[in-house]
Amino acid sequence: MADKRAVTLNVNGKDYRITVEPRRTLADALRDDCGLTGTHIGCEHGVCGACTVLVDNRPVRSCLMFAVQAEGRNVRTVEGLANGEELHPLQKAFWEKHGLQCGFCTPGFLMLATGILEAEPDISDEDLRDVLSSNLCRCTGYQNIIKAVRAAASEMRACQPSASL
Amino acid sequence: MSWIGRSLPRLEDPSLLKGQGRYVADLARGAAAVKFVRSPLAAGAILGIEKPDDGLVFTADDLVGVKAIRPLLHRPDYVPVSQPVLAKDRVVFCGQAVAVVVADDQGLAEDLAEQVFVDIEPEDAVVDFAQALGEGARAVHPEAPGNVLVEGNIRTPGVDAAFAAAAEVVALELRSGRQTAMPLEARGGVARFDPLAGRVTLYASVQMPHMLRTGIADVLGFPESDLRVVAPDVGGGFGQKMSLFPEYVVLVWLARHLQRDVAWLEDRRENFLAAAHSRDQVFKVRGAFAADGTLLAIDADLKSNVGAFSCYPVTCGVEPLMGLAELPGPYRFSEYAARSRGVTTNTCMMAPYRGVARPMLTLTMERMMDVAARRLGIDPVEIRRRNLIETFPHRSPTGLVYDEGSYGETMELAVKALDLPTFRRRQAEARAAGRYLGAGFSVFSERTGYGTPAYAARGMDIVPGYELVNLAMDPSGFVEARIGASPHGQGLKTSLAQLIADELGVPPTKVRIIAGDTDATPYGWGTFASRSMVIAGGACKIAAGKVAERLKSVAAAMMHVEPETIRLADDLAYAEASNQTLPIGEVARAAYHQSHRFPQAGPGLQEQALYDPAGTFSNACHACIVEVDVETGGVKIERFVVAEDAGILINPMIVDGQIHGGVAQGIANALFEELVYDETGNLLTASLADYLPPTIAEMPSIEIEHLVTYSEATITRAKGVGEGGTIGAPAAVINAIVDALSPFGIDLFEIPATPQRIRDLIRNAERTSHG
Ligand code: FES
Ligand code: FES
Repeated sequence: MADKRAVTLNVNGKDYRITVEPRRTLADALRDDCGLTGTHIGCEHGVCGACTVLVDNRPVRSCLMFAVQAEGRNVRTVEGLANGEELHPLQKAFWEKHGLQCGFCTPGFLMLATGILEAEPDISDEDLRDVLSSNLCRCTGYQNIIKAVRAAASEMRACQPSASL
Repeated sequence: MSWIGRSLPRLEDPSLLKGQGRYVADLARGAAAVKFVRSPLAAGAILGIEKPDDGLVFTADDLVGVKAIRPLLHRPDYVPVSQPVLAKDRVVFCGQAVAVVVADDQGLAEDLAEQVFVDIEPEDAVVDFAQALGEGARAVHPEAPGNVLVEGNIRTPGVDAAFAAAAEVVALELRSGRQTAMPLEARGGVARFDPLAGRVTLYASVQMPHMLRTGIADVLGFPESDLRVVAPDVGGGFGQKMSLFPEYVVLVWLARHLQRDVAWLEDRRENFLAAAHSRDQVFKVRGAFAADGTLLAIDADLKSNVGAFSCYPVTCGVEPLMGLAELPGPYRFSEYAARSRGVTTNTCMMAPYRGVARPMLTLTMERMMDVAARRLGIDPVEIRRRNLIETFPHRSPTGLVYDEGSYGETMELAVKALDLPTFRRRQAEARAAGRYLGAGFSVFSERTGYGTPAYAARGMDIVPGYELVNLAMDPSGFVEARIGASPHGQGLKTSLAQLIADELGVPPTKVRIIAGDTDATPYGWGTFASRSMVIAGGACKIAAGKVAERLKSVAAAMMHVEPETIRLADDLAYAEASNQTLPIGEVARAAYHQSHRFPQAGPGLQEQALYDPAGTFSNACHACIVEVDVETGGVKIERFVVAEDAGILINPMIVDGQIHGGVAQGIANALFEELVYDETGNLLTASLADYLPPTIAEMPSIEIEHLVTYSEATITRAKGVGEGGTIGAPAAVINAIVDALSPFGIDLFEIPATPQRIRDLIRNAERTSHG
């Protein structure tokens, strides 16, 4: 056991001053030290993707990153997706299309999809499936997850202020 | 307008979508961390356990007065075995808990666990059927010398005559690898000790909270009321979370012993090693056919590897006895002989997993039909047509009574959806171009929603089955239904709210379903075996109907009309004849606060109801088209069609979701997932790098067609639908692969059909044809 270190994590725009062992994963730090339990842990070996969060807007497996490595970065979790009571288009689409059953994989899929769609709003269907294959869901057979992400993608494109106007 | 039949978005979802779900790990704050020390060997005698000087470490010797878990079946052919909650003198599988440590946080607990050394004198492990049943096999448990823990037998009088008269006898041996339910959330519990009440609350990721309470209280020897079990949000179960596991017993013991809050959060490796496994069966079957393809008789020898222990409460009889009883499936034949054994080995315990014995027995019967069709020169669809049951009630050779279904109709629907003639042309063209496409079918019955009679027939000591519901409309006109079922992702709360809303004339948003808390719900059996919509739903319908009667009686008195003339809808009580209305909330308030005015109704609006049905059979046909890459052995599923009949659909979107998820797990069983032990009983596939659940990339899009048969066997007219996807998919996929590879003359009798297995078959076929 090594000495603990003071770290400041910026999560969803808010600073959390926490003290953690260097070996503490970002996932554990988010859940246990910041109290943000929306990020789930399904395998702790980087396969299931339940722990996916955005670090500097890129999807990251938070079980494979140490909390200390996230210092000075901008971390986004599922708790930051909705705007108050107003659900994010992805959350809305998952709800309407029945993209979740037990809901355990859902935060990971929502953050993964947010990362993709923000970076590549016009992503092709094939590439979308390819990226979504990074996470596991045991309940839905993925049928409605893909429908939900597609629906959200077109909704997000429609809401995007067009640059050419 | 009815709420039933609408694809209402689920009431459960908003909190889950916002990251506000409350799963067990989210409730662990402030609790000490618990870590189990597990046996690294599959079999051996414990010579000693070295503990570090500091730290809280407990072994079996510390658990004074704690009994073993000992599930019972009242059958002469059942051998009960005891499962100590921590291994005592010997270990019987790799991953068995031997000691437990407690520390301030997870990291420290893991550090401490690493300092515990268990000295084991290894013994030869019994891993597979050959080792367990061979001459002079070592006994896994001294009380079961032949390693058979349960054996069922059946033989109708005319079996031999039927085989003698057969034009064709088809003999097959099928194998299913070992699979795990692998819920995305592993197991876990948080036990909180309340010093004031001297009581423990156990939050646990489980499917059967009441049963868990009974089991833990019995093993630890205290009154059940000293324990409250809460199943909060549960991240999937699929059967794996319905048994009483030693870890939960130890957790409650620790909370009481240390008078402290403790949390055990299983990691994925532990889940692979020590939660429950499933499948691992060998079915040796002969079928007697007449020349026209009529199935005359089946003679079966069924073996299920049940692992090191019997699971509580359903016991290790669950796989073998279901296999025995349900092998005939959707087919009409009367002569049946079967022997079905549950065989113990030095491997992780088996427990029910979505489908239980049925994926394998469906694979067996559906391969049987295809092979017989080929031998007799009959089209595979036609041979099924000639054998599917079509009159109801149908009585199977094992005495099961099938209620109305649509076996033939679902098959025809699937055949049509696949457009078989067009496919056959495409298949021929593809073959000419060196590509191998195939179509496969699987027709099956899914026995669902069965109550106590079905379980009692198995000789169970603990007979599950009924559900109780306490339903109340409160004075504000909102409804609370407290159920004994315990949903964990099925959207049951939404479906039940729709059902209750229709009975009471209120919107589903005014219906709250309370589940998964032994303090707040009547004793019940939880959610498993495709039962909750049928049984908890049936009880809700009865209870809501009774409350509706009270409501009508009060409303009628308030409006001075007869109760029969009252209609409840749109949150209003309508007196049709006199054209009056009252808001339901107003009637409800009067029922409580002005009860003296309604002596005929009695005070309040609360009712309890029980439902304990005999069961109802859903049915379906799965059909798929695959392409096999003969160079790599890889299989791509091009289309997957499900034509199913589960009675009326309360929420079609939720039903489809159940089918999607079930099919994915069935495809996984057919192609990908396999737990592999080496010959020493060491699990080689204890991570998600080695055990391969399908991702979105492997999943075809699933096309679903519904038929609706009205059955008297279920009062909601809804049948269970939770397991069908998993039951039917493996056979459809495997039949399609065999069809694709028919130019090679290959047959396939083992799942998962991994690229390696398929390549082996192709290689052998090529060698034989060239040699
Ligand atoms: S928990 Fe991080 S990938 Fe599974
Ligand atoms: S919804 Fe349960 S794992 Fe995805």
